[in-house]
Amino acid sequence: MGELRLMKGNEALAEAAIRAGTDGYFGYPITPQSEVIEYLMAEKPHERTGMVVLQAESEVASINMLYGGGGTGKKVMTSSSSPGISLMQEGLSYMAGAEIPCIVANIVRGGPGLGDIQPAQSDYFQSVKGGGHGDYRLPVLAPASVQEMSDFVPVAYDLAFKYRTPVLIVSDGLIGQMMEKVELFDQMPRLTDKEINEKYPWGTNGKPAGQERRVLTSLDLDPHKLEKHNFKLQDKYRTIEANEVQYELIDCDDADYIIVAYGSSARISQKAIQLAREEGIKVGILRPITLWPFPKKAIDELVIKGVKGFLSVEMSAGQMVEDVKLTVRERTKVEHFGRYGGVIHSPEEVLEALKSKIIGG
Amino acid sequence: MTEEIIIAGFGGQGVLSMGKILAYSGIMQDQEVSWFPAYGPEMRGGTANVTVIVSDDRISSPTLTAYDTAIILNQQSMDKFEETVKPGGVLIYDPNGISKHPTRKDISIYKIEGAKIAAEMGNTKIFNMVVLGGYLSVKPIVKLDNVILGLKKSLHERYHKLIPLNEDAITMGMKNVVKI
Repeated sequence: MGELRLMKGNEALAEAAIRAGTDGYFGYPITPQSEVIEYLMAEKPHERTGMVVLQAESEVASINMLYGGGGTGKKVMTSSSSPGISLMQEGLSYMAGAEIPCIVANIVRGGPGLGDIQPAQSDYFQSVKGGGHGDYRLPVLAPASVQEMSDFVPVAYDLAFKYRTPVLIVSDGLIGQMMEKVELFDQMPRLTDKEINEKYPWGTNGKPAGQERRVLTSLDLDPHKLEKHNFKLQDKYRTIEANEVQYELIDCDDADYIIVAYGSSARISQKAIQLAREEGIKVGILRPITLWPFPKKAIDELVIKGVKGFLSVEMSAGQMVEDVKLTVRERTKVEHFGRYGGVIHSPEEVLEALKSKIIGG
Repeated sequence: MTEEIIIAGFGGQGVLSMGKILAYSGIMQDQEVSWFPAYGPEMRGGTANVTVIVSDDRISSPTLTAYDTAIILNQQSMDKFEETVKPGGVLIYDPNGISKHPTRKDISIYKIEGAKIAAEMGNTKIFNMVVLGGYLSVKPIVKLDNVILGLKKSLHERYHKLIPLNEDAITMGMKNVVKI
């Protein structure tokens, strides 16, 4: 068993970054995720593993440092919260185009604009539909506990390097700020330059004599060549959709109704389904762990099984509900419920919405 | 066993650290725990509160609207949280600074003179440990040994010399909690 600690989600993410063998973290503080860089600075990871931690001058600088660092085949990571993540979208689009791996964690807060510092899930569209310009998708992992804030860091690196893509970890102020028991995984070694060169023959690590010149760019002024590059990216996205869907089913076996919820809302909904079952209402939860690729097949199977309705619970005005509707295709009822702008819905409100919008509606 | 607790008072009273020590004590006896503070604008107003859940099972929602126990340490928190105690639940408060005492008849109400006892012991900073002792006397959900282990885990080593004082404060709290 690994080391047990009581940690905030943000701290667990930071400790996991060190243990996953990250080479560089570049970030800029913003509530509610500032503990990530605070923890890293206090922990002095350069003394533990040689990992570099740098406070950049802005989020725009952070993401471009990831472009440079990730481009050499190193494991690089940043974290921010909603307004900061918006500033990074240009860089993410460039990295998707140039196929550069990295991790970007978004501890979402209320928006739009500067919004507030309270938990929200209103960055779903930005996360799963692209966010920046151009035809691209990013794998998105949504932790629902402090444990998963730690566990998903090595998972995200595996995806990032397997598919040469930025990977998002999308959490929110609730998971970031709360403390839970976390079992930490053992320290993984950082790769040596030699190991990186062997594993990642695309890394721009200088040009030794006898080695082909390596170029990482998202620019190609020949439209036919750029279209061909896009075909390759689209093939990659179809492969990710076929192979990397992750989700959890909670009490779905006998369920008449399903709540679809991720992250904090999945936790709150678990309390709601306990309350519902005390009243004899059979309801389960489908928790997407990857928001993209979305667990369409799992939803489809529940529709075929005869589920009478789906309630998409998210701290937004209704974003993920569109993906649920696209999958259900009007074969049964789909509605959205959620408080937003930094307001956290209560388990009782979720149960009430299930009754009024799905069961009675 | 699942115990859902709200601890609420002024910033600087040790509300968050009391919750943290309680959560760590739960971990020491292999339980699941969660600790969620109010970190938003309400914190800027000088009040602090934290929701702590200790359970034998996987914890669902870390935020709640009703609690098994409310530990209340100022009037604003009394106004806000007295009504959130589940029927049959427990309310523990320090009367120091309370002008309107709790009135509910469907819950058990206890008083702990935390501020007064801490002052008598010569260190107002151990106020939160006196209150924690009072709580543990009413609801012994974690063993005292595990609280001490929890203290060791949550305090930096340079403060470990203060653990006996904290233990005394908890013991004093246990002896001095009064049912109303």
